[in-house]
Amino acid sequence: MTASRDVVVTGLGATTPLAGDAPSTWAAALAGQSGARTMDNDWSEKYEIPVTFAATIKVDPSEVLPRPEIKRMDPSAQYAMIAAREAWQDAGAPEVDGERLGAVVSSGIGGIWTTLDGWDVLRERGARRVLPMTVPMLMPNSPVAYVSLEFGAQAGAHSLVSACASGAEAIGYGIDMIRNGRADVVVCGGTEATIHPMPIAAFCASRTLSLRNDDPAGASRPYDVDRDGFVIGEGAAVLVLESAEHAAARGARVYAKLSGVGLSSDAYHITSPDPDGKGQVAAMRRALADAGVEGRDVVHINAHATSTKVGDLTETRSIRTVLGSETDHVRLSATKSMTGHLLGGAGALETLFAVKAVHERLAPPTINVAQPDPELQVPLVRDTPAQLPDGDIAAINNSFGFGGHNVALVVTNA
Amino acid sequence: MAYTASEILEGLAEIVAEETGLPTDAVASEKSFTDDLDIDSLSMMTIVTHAEDKFGVRIPDDEVKNLTTVGDAVSFIEGAQA
Repeated sequence: MTASRDVVVTGLGATTPLAGDAPSTWAAALAGQSGARTMDNDWSEKYEIPVTFAATIKVDPSEVLPRPEIKRMDPSAQYAMIAAREAWQDAGAPEVDGERLGAVVSSGIGGIWTTLDGWDVLRERGARRVLPMTVPMLMPNSPVAYVSLEFGAQAGAHSLVSACASGAEAIGYGIDMIRNGRADVVVCGGTEATIHPMPIAAFCASRTLSLRNDDPAGASRPYDVDRDGFVIGEGAAVLVLESAEHAAARGARVYAKLSGVGLSSDAYHITSPDPDGKGQVAAMRRALADAGVEGRDVVHINAHATSTKVGDLTETRSIRTVLGSETDHVRLSATKSMTGHLLGGAGALETLFAVKAVHERLAPPTINVAQPDPELQVPLVRDTPAQLPDGDIAAINNSFGFGGHNVALVVTNA
Repeated sequence: MAYTASEILEGLAEIVAEETGLPTDAVASEKSFTDDLDIDSLSMMTIVTHAEDKFGVRIPDDEVKNLTTVGDAVSFIEGAQA
């Protein structure tokens, strides 16, 4: 049964460490490829940064965007624009009144390259050399502002900031905009461009990054007993959401439905998840209730799973708390094993993966799990994709962020 | 050593082309920054900043509003070098 304000996905776009577009990113993920590579810079020597690799973007934006756009946009906005244009074309460039078109694109950190470049220029050359475009480039709403300009989205342009849950929260907000009648079409997603020596040094200081410099492709290993932290990634993913009614009226191709949103906050600790997983459990339960989906219908979960011991295992315990014995037929995928952690882009890319998984009935693999942690409580898809069953199915994408933000989204077949 | 008017025009055209994506030969003396080249105020300030750098001159904010055409900017920069 499809109701008129049901929310469907009609367009997908991405630029990621795996590829410069959504179909190639998905194909690379199904093939179990890694986007992590040794970085081409001297940061390690110059600043004594102990990490020499990252999941850097596969296609240089300057090969895709005109030169003036490159100069006027922070990399975080460049990635968002590339993904948004692809998603819009993929959706068939829907004809929609600007007043009924929304944009929600989040970044966890914002234009940090611009911020820090501006500070360098100020210190070295003085205030008159700081470029006038600095503010509109560094502000975290810059990506969504450009997306709204591009498509004439006048129903509202929003950027929700919730660390590594930002991309998923943006999509959740997009769903709400359609449900409550503020928009018929919403372009939404997440972006991040944080592979800069300062944030990398800061993540190193918090001991959260993998230091497996001799094996970048093998470094992101969620659930493996030998995991040692996450791999920092960059990129963007954008989805075009549409009311089912609007999509049907124009005969749009529909990938899947976004049926449920669950939000919660831990209010426990600034970086650690509540060890009981209370917030995660609440987010998943709220999303399932919102979608009207039973535990037995959940056949796939794209886990947040950054490849840190405490984070990964708390999540699988939370899943078992929510689904009980139904957990045994779930195929869990941890795609950060391949993409690295896109921070504010992660929740959007992983929702895109969940949409593709439901649409193609294929759960992507988790790579680098040589020896699964014995405390892992959910069946894991390893190395090769797993077939998902026929009939009505549901998938969950989980995204969690520093600050205690939890977002669960439920995807169902169209 | 001072730049000649034609060197300034050439340098300015490169700066404008870089900022706008227009070809350098579209940036001629008689062109208006706003009406012909579609340059908004933020882009204009960016161009001014780069021009100050390139030609070693100071273009006061009050002066920028008087620079209607590319030729105005060339003349101002030429005079400001002395």
